[in-house]
Amino acid sequence: MYIYDDIDQRIVDERVAQYREQTRRYLAGELSDDEFRPLRLQNGLYIQRHAPMLRVAIPYGLLSSKKLRKLAHIARVYDKGYAHFSTRQNIQFNWPELKNVPDILAELATVQMHAIQTSGNCIRNITTDQFAGVAPDEVVDPRPLAEILRQWSTFHPEFAYLPRKFKIAVNGAAHDRAVVQVHDIGLEFFRDAAGQTALKVWVGGGLGRTPMLGSMIRAHLEWQHMLSYCEAILRIYNRYGRRDNAFKARIKILVKALGAGEFARQVEAEWLHIKDGPSTITQEEFERVAAYFSNAQHENLSDDAAAFDALCASDRAFALWAKRCVHAHQVPGYRAVTLSLKPTGIAPGDISAEQMDMVADLADRYSFGELRVSHEQNLILASVKLADLHALWQAARQHGLATPNIGLLTDIICCPGGDFCSLANAKSIPIAQAIQEKFDDLDYLHDIGDIELNISGCMNSCGHQHVGHIGILGVDKDGSEWYQVSLGGKQGNDASIGAVIGPSFAAEEVPGVVEQLIRTYIEQRTADECFIDTVRRLGMAPFKERVYAKKQEAAYV
Amino acid sequence: MSNLIRNNVVVADDWTLVALPAIEEAVRKQAGKVVIFKLTGEHSATPEQIAGAVIPAGKVIVPLPLWQARMDELAPRLAAGELGVWLESFELVEDLVASVADINDVPLIAVNFPRFADGRGFSIATLLRTRYAYRNELRAIGDVLRDQLYYMKRCGFDAFSMRADRSAEDALASLRDFSEPYQGAVDNPLPVWRRYARHADTSGHARKAVNPVMDDTD
Repeated sequence: MYIYDDIDQRIVDERVAQYREQTRRYLAGELSDDEFRPLRLQNGLYIQRHAPMLRVAIPYGLLSSKKLRKLAHIARVYDKGYAHFSTRQNIQFNWPELKNVPDILAELATVQMHAIQTSGNCIRNITTDQFAGVAPDEVVDPRPLAEILRQWSTFHPEFAYLPRKFKIAVNGAAHDRAVVQVHDIGLEFFRDAAGQTALKVWVGGGLGRTPMLGSMIRAHLEWQHMLSYCEAILRIYNRYGRRDNAFKARIKILVKALGAGEFARQVEAEWLHIKDGPSTITQEEFERVAAYFSNAQHENLSDDAAAFDALCASDRAFALWAKRCVHAHQVPGYRAVTLSLKPTGIAPGDISAEQMDMVADLADRYSFGELRVSHEQNLILASVKLADLHALWQAARQHGLATPNIGLLTDIICCPGGDFCSLANAKSIPIAQAIQEKFDDLDYLHDIGDIELNISGCMNSCGHQHVGHIGILGVDKDGSEWYQVSLGGKQGNDASIGAVIGPSFAAEEVPGVVEQLIRTYIEQRTADECFIDTVRRLGMAPFKERVYAKKQEAAYV
Repeated sequence: MSNLIRNNVVVADDWTLVALPAIEEAVRKQAGKVVIFKLTGEHSATPEQIAGAVIPAGKVIVPLPLWQARMDELAPRLAAGELGVWLESFELVEDLVASVADINDVPLIAVNFPRFADGRGFSIATLLRTRYAYRNELRAIGDVLRDQLYYMKRCGFDAFSMRADRSAEDALASLRDFSEPYQGAVDNPLPVWRRYARHADTSGHARKAVNPVMDDTD
C-alpha cells in the first residue's frame, strides 16, 4: 500500500493545522455558519440529526491494520465505540463533537489518513475494485493510477468550489466492480492493441435524483494523459455546469443538456491546449507509485485444494461460508476473503471498535497487514493462504464476521437513513433488518442465489438503489415514510437503472413485497438463471402483477 | 486601513471600482429556492444602464459590458494605463480577450466572486494566466475571504480585495497554508514529482524527498 514520504505527511499535517485554526475562528464567532460550512465539509464534517458526522477517507478502499486500529481507537475515544463503512469505501463516525474534530484529524494524520474532500462540492475520494491487485480477471492494477489521481485532486486549486460534488471511480478488471458508469468520471483501464495501458473515459453517470449511466466520451486515452484529460473535463464542468439549481448542478445534467458528443468536443478542444504539459505522467512517477502495490511478498505456493475440499466436505457451515465469502486470486495458493458486515440485527456496514481490532489482528496474521473496504460495505482480506482459510473462518465466526451471505439477499447495501442522516426522508436500516429477519433461512437464501438489494432513505441515493436488482427508496408523503420499490437495476459492465414497479408501500409491507418478488422469480426461473436475468427476460409485468394482486387481496381481507 | 493585499503585503488601493446599478429583475426561483448564481454567459446589465453609468476620473476598474459598449470613449484611458476591467464569474474570459488588441494592454483585470463558493473565478484566472499569458495585476474582488486565498493565489491572482468586514492583515497567514502542493497550477506549473526526486520506499519508513529542482515562483 502507498506509504507517505515527508511531502505527503506535511500536506496532511498542514491540513490539520489549517482546520484547527478554522474551527477556532468558527467557535470564536469570526466565521459565520455559511462560511464555515464548506470548510468543515471539505474535512468530512456534516452537521447531522443527533450530532456531527465525520467521514474519513479510505483512498480507493485500501486500509492497513495500523490504520484500522487507529479508527477503532477514534471510535472508542471520540465516538460511541462503533463506526459505519459507507458505499464509497469511506468510514463514518456518527457522534464526534465539533470541537474535537481537529484532534481526530491529528490522530488520523499520525497513520497517514485524513478526511480531505470527503464531502463538499469538490473531487471526492477515488473509488475502485475491492479486489484490485488480486482479481484473476484484472487487466491493469488500478491502484497506482488511483493514487496518482488522489494526489492530483487533493487541494486542486481550480476545482475546490465546483457546482456540485464530483466522484471518480476507476476499474482495471474485465468485470467492472467499481460501478464506473454511475460516476461523474468513470475510468476503465485496459491494454490496447500495442499492449500499452489505456483508458476508456465515461462522463456524466450518477445516481441521486436523476439517475443516469455515463457516456463514453473517449474510447482510448494513453495513461500518461489521465490528469490533463480529467483537468479538461473538470474545467468545462466548472465553467459551464449549472449553479442556479443544486438539483441540476451535477455534471450529468451538463452532459445531457449539451449532448455527449458536444460535451466530448468541448473537452477535446480544451484538452488540446494542455495535452503534453507538465501534468503528463512520467514513467518514473508511475513506477515510483506502482512500487507500493505489488504481490512480491506472496510466497510460492501450490494451488492444490485437496485439504480445503476435504474440509468443505466434512463441515457444511465452512463450505457455505467458503462458497459465498472466498474469492479467486491471481497468485496460486492464495484466496481473497470477504468478512460480512451484514449479519441480521446490525445496521449494514456497521462495525464495533472490538471488531475493528479483531479484523486488524486477522489482517496481520493472514493477509500482510492489509485489508479493503468494498462499496457493498464489507471488509476484504485480499491475500489469505488457502491453508489458512479454515482457521480464519473460525476466528471470524467468533466475532460475527463470517455470515455466509456475500452476494445474497441479506448482503444489503444500505445508507444510514433517517436514523442518522439529516437529508433522509425515511429510515432505511430498520427496513434492511426487517428483510434480513424475513429471509433468515440460510438454505432458502442460498437457493435464491445471487441478488442485490439496495436501500436508500432519500433521493440522494447513497444506498445505490437505482442499480440494485431490487431497489428500495424511502420517500416522504405528507410527513409519513413510504417506500418505492424498483426492479431491474444492475451494476457492472452491463449496468442498468431500475424502474419503479408502482405506487409505494408502507414500511411494514416492504418485506412482504420482497417476498412476492422472490417467489415470482423462483416460480419463473429457468435452471441456473439468477434473479436479474429472470427480470430482464420477463420484464416487470409478472412481478408487478404478483405484488399488487397480493396487496389488493390483503386490502379485502 | 486598506483591505487590499497585493504581492503578499497589505497596500493602499489607488483604483476605483465602477459598478453598474443592480438590475431590477424579478426574483428567480428554481426548485423553490432563490437563484443566487447566474448561468455562464448570462448578461449582467441593460444597454440603458451601461450607457448611463458614470465613470469617475482617475484609475478605474470598469465592468466588462461597459468596456465593450463604450470602448471608443474609454480607449485613451486604457492607453494611459488608467483603465482596468472586471469580470463577473458568469462572464466569459474569451469576450474580454476578444475586446482588446493585446490582453497585456490592460493594466488590471479583476474577477468578481459574488459568493466565495462560486468557483468559476478560479478557472477564469487560470485561463487568463496560462492560455492568454496575461501578466499584469489580477485581482479577486467581491466575497473574498481568507480561507480561499491559497487557492486563488495558486490560480494566478496576485491581488485580493478582502471583504470589507475582514482584516487583510489576518488573512495574509492563509496565503501560506500549504508549503508543497501536489499538482501544478499557475503559481508553479510543475507537479510535485517534477519538483522533487521522490523515491518509493516500501520498507515502511517515510523517506525524505531530496533535490529540489525548482524554487516556488511567486
